[in-house]
Amino acid sequence: MSPIIYMKQVKKRYQTGAVAFEALKGINLIVNPGEFIAVVGPSGSGKSTLMNIMGCLDVPSSGIYKLEDELVNKMTHNQLADIRNQKIGFVFQAFNLLPYATAFENVEVPLLFAKVNGKKRRARVIELLARVGLADKAGNRPTEMSGGEMQRVAIARALANEPDIILADEPTGNLDSKSGSGIVSLFDELHSAGKTIVIITHDMNIAQHAQRLVRLKDGLMDTGTEDPQLATAS
Amino acid sequence: MLPFITFKQFLNDLRRQKLRSALTMFGIFWGSCAIVLLFAFGQGLTEAQLTSQKGMGDNIAIFWPGVTSQEFKGLSKGRRIRLTEEDCELLKKSSVTVSRISPEYRRHSIPLKYGKNNTLRNIIGVWPEFGIMRNLIPEFGSRFINQRDMAERRRVIFIGNILKTDLFGAEEAVGQTVLLNGTPFTVIGVMKEKVQNSSYGGRDSRTVFMPASTFRSMWGHRYINNFVIQARPEYSMLQARREVYETLGAKYRFDPEDREALGVWDTSRGFEFLKNFFAAFQAFLVGIGVSTLITGGIGVSNIMNVVLEERTKEIGIKMALGARKSYILTQFILETLLITGVGGFLGFLFAWAVVSVIPLLPFPDLEQMIGTPRVSLLSGIMITALLGVIGFFAGIFPARRAANLQPVRALKLF
Ligand SMILES: Nc1ncnc2c1ncn2[C@@H]1O[C@H](COP(=O)(O)OP(=O)(O)OP(=O)(O)O)[C@@H](O)[C@H]1O
Ligand SMILES: [Mg+2]
Repeated sequence: MSPIIYMKQVKKRYQTGAVAFEALKGINLIVNPGEFIAVVGPSGSGKSTLMNIMGCLDVPSSGIYKLEDELVNKMTHNQLADIRNQKIGFVFQAFNLLPYATAFENVEVPLLFAKVNGKKRRARVIELLARVGLADKAGNRPTEMSGGEMQRVAIARALANEPDIILADEPTGNLDSKSGSGIVSLFDELHSAGKTIVIITHDMNIAQHAQRLVRLKDGLMDTGTEDPQLATAS
Repeated sequence: MLPFITFKQFLNDLRRQKLRSALTMFGIFWGSCAIVLLFAFGQGLTEAQLTSQKGMGDNIAIFWPGVTSQEFKGLSKGRRIRLTEEDCELLKKSSVTVSRISPEYRRHSIPLKYGKNNTLRNIIGVWPEFGIMRNLIPEFGSRFINQRDMAERRRVIFIGNILKTDLFGAEEAVGQTVLLNGTPFTVIGVMKEKVQNSSYGGRDSRTVFMPASTFRSMWGHRYINNFVIQARPEYSMLQARREVYETLGAKYRFDPEDREALGVWDTSRGFEFLKNFFAAFQAFLVGIGVSTLITGGIGVSNIMNVVLEERTKEIGIKMALGARKSYILTQFILETLLITGVGGFLGFLFAWAVVSVIPLLPFPDLEQMIGTPRVSLLSGIMITALLGVIGFFAGIFPARRAANLQPVRALKLF
């Protein structure tokens, strides 16, 4: 079985004025289809940086990144946009909903970009909202919802085009523990349904839901969690 | 072209962001309305002033006899020059630059009587060409003095429109006989109403015109009061004036440079002046217009900048969800076009409404003073386009910058 995510010697350098900072110093990581992985590590260790590259929201400075056997490094703006639309569902800590749009309209956005037509699109949005338990909140704006509800809308939106991979950067970070555990059980459900899930968290209770832990420290993976094959190959 | 679905989302977004759209639209509305009105009134005022100036006659010069102020060929200064109808005949025959000429004999406060109506009026004796030069256009079914009237010294008069109303009221005047100084005269023409705001010796609308020959036989004048000329189109009025001074200077032996020997009023000069004045006036309006536009443009770009943060984040979110760059830019361009188009159109409509209401206002003299403001569609379109371009550039750069970023940067920029 070929890996769904393949990273080799992925580095990310940030240039702030004259100062360059290497946030990722050579990540070697393989994720197989259907895996549930938790990324942990201290603040500033590069978790979000890694996740953004994985989600094609950013590009690595060097190294190889293959998504479903396709090399991401060389892709154009538009190809990356299509991958974000079709293959990856991204869930942010700060929800990132369009503030002026209703729950329904927020979930609709990726479907519009995918050019799903009217009737089908509406049915799909209703189905997605029902799946995250928000069938009755379709007309609410973000200001009219709780944090937990907003994150559910964001998850429904991430699922819109049936991506194989769900990436979540501290999805419960802005939530109380009760709403947080609701979100975690949603991820459990998605995992049972066959999705590949990578989640960043500070919370060890949440990390325990994952099959595998990836520990980051100072832009490098802890040797225990690194893929042995890749590590030796480099 | 964008698929309908995208357009639907675009309309959604626009609706959701009512305040921003409304503010931007108002900026455009106000700018285009103000400038269209400005030009409309400027144009109206200019036309009104130029036509009323033309009322006395277009491109004519009037000469009065004067007193010499320089010694000339042994003759002392201070000699009085007097002009006769023969001088006009001489100029008509010999001059190359003068196309039309007419003497004027005048008498003031001559009794005029029709039925029970009595009045005292100024009488002017002229040649037939006077009518064309001085813009005395006969009303339909009437005429000005002609050559036969002159040759036969007919007792006929052409009267101003106000005088006609004073004497005849609503009655037909042409063909009627009036008593002028006790002598019966037939009215052959009534002047069409005209706007005239400059004159010498009274408004044409209240004056009586008769053939110079008739005038002379009635009162036996030897000398004329003044004469009027028009230059041939191929010569300038300045050249015509010089020729008049030279011809008459040779005849009466005064220095052609002596401006006191003959007085002259060159209306083409006034016209030139007015034309220049109003060109300057228009330039001034353009200046105001440009500063209004700049102010409006700054307003529009300010509004765009106020929402820059929201905008960049929104673009980041959409890109994270799979929006292509072209989508982001097209949405932005459509938005600008729609907002400026609607705003500009409404502004133009409003200006047009204001201009249409003015003639309905209960100030009868208003139109004569400020003219008829004219809304120019072209200026409306140009101004809207210009504001659109300003708004577009104010917004397209941030939008493009955001669309060129990696999504994560657009999301984190603020
Ligand atoms: N755009 C940027 N420019 C410069 N440096 C950056 C930028 N983004 C992140 N960094 C730096 O890279 C390092 C890793 O950041 P990252 O956000 O990946 O950390 P993290 O592991 O997600 O931390 P946290 O748990 O606090 O979210 C940090 O030291 C951060 O300061
Ligand atoms: Mg982070």
